[in-house]
Amino acid sequence: MKASAFSYARPTSVSKAVELLVAHGERAKVLAGGQSLLPAMNLRLLAPEWIVDIGGLSELRGISVGDGRITIGALTRHADLLRSVEVAAHAPLLGKATGHIAHPAIRNRGTIGGSLAHADPASELPACMVALDATVIACGPAGERRIPATEFFTGTYETALSAAELLVAVELPAASKNSAHFFDELARRHGDYAIVGLAAQAVVENDRLNELRAVFFGVSDRPQPAKASASLIKTTVTPASLSQALEALSEELDPPEDQQANGAMRRHLAKILLARCVSELLDRPELGAGGRP
Amino acid sequence: MTAPLSITLHVNGERVEAQVLPRLNLADFLREHLKLTGTHVGCEHGVCGACTVRVDGEIVRSCLTLAVQTHGGFVETIEGLSDSGEIVDLQEAFRQRNALQCGFCTPGMLIAAQDLLKHEREPDRAQIREHLSGNYCRCTGYQAIVDAVEETARVRRERKP
Repeated sequence: MKASAFSYARPTSVSKAVELLVAHGERAKVLAGGQSLLPAMNLRLLAPEWIVDIGGLSELRGISVGDGRITIGALTRHADLLRSVEVAAHAPLLGKATGHIAHPAIRNRGTIGGSLAHADPASELPACMVALDATVIACGPAGERRIPATEFFTGTYETALSAAELLVAVELPAASKNSAHFFDELARRHGDYAIVGLAAQAVVENDRLNELRAVFFGVSDRPQPAKASASLIKTTVTPASLSQALEALSEELDPPEDQQANGAMRRHLAKILLARCVSELLDRPELGAGGRP
Repeated sequence: MTAPLSITLHVNGERVEAQVLPRLNLADFLREHLKLTGTHVGCEHGVCGACTVRVDGEIVRSCLTLAVQTHGGFVETIEGLSDSGEIVDLQEAFRQRNALQCGFCTPGMLIAAQDLLKHEREPDRAQIREHLSGNYCRCTGYQAIVDAVEETARVRRERKP
């Protein structure tokens, strides 16, 4: 189908964009790369009266590093993240995850800010932001607001942003010396939305996971940290302790059912991913089978 | 303001000026306004890849791009790539290998494949499949398409060692 008619504005500054959002509120949608918004509009799932196209705001594009933090502008495209030496050096989890996002033609237009503001529960970047303990920076009529990623995602396509706020950047702590990461997702076709995915950031020292932030996506209405992984931290992981953690994971998840998979299958796939994650982070292939002999 | 907006862009090297409604996507602009019907419209939500074109040198989904977003930009369609001779060898390889049957996906396949060949001199089959993963073909089963892309890469390497 085709998108329904809308009015179009292309602001030339962040403050003008915010003015437009203040004026039109819920009747407006922000257009960044359009790779989530335009499909929704073509399918008539969304029919905003106003489109505020922020594509001309070049100040929202780009990646910078300083003070142990990496700052990524909202209009930075997936293709830019994939090519970025800063991302590869300081947030390699993000680089790994971005390779799983859709297809090259979509990565050439889709943006990090758009993906986060859209908050699809099956998409990769929201889970990465929670795993990396990122901060989302938004601009509104009252100025700048910093929102921890852990509080940013509030439901399916829902975030802590108000209708008058524009997501302008995200800030991540740069990866430390002993940090390690894991990213994988299970999908029917490479580039499709994941049935279940897992993003994890860890600190590995002396064959132990001294820190682990393992965050699932596709299993809930928002990125879901795996509480069960806490039992694997600062201890020597054994096949038995991993097996217990996987059972606890299965208990804590209550995944949705859709055309792709039912809840039981999603629970099963989540266990497989957490076992692979621990096995890869600790470089212990024997744990990959999830503690089963 | 749902009224038409003025846009100016380059399409296949020619300067184009037009009045378009904001809701008009680039695929429909190319097909309906410029009669460049080589760009195909399949799913209209970014899944099938039939509408793949180049904007400013990079492949994009023209169904997920508004015509107004290409104001000031450089658009290349299958007609442009075909007429310039840029993909003549790739097209020939598709013919030789029977890498098309109905041909609906072919313009998008060719543009996506050429994008890979421009960046990768020696892509393996997994890379070819990865790069074409966003382009659906409902006839050939992909094997012949991957063959044709692999063959073109090989011939191009031999031509320019």
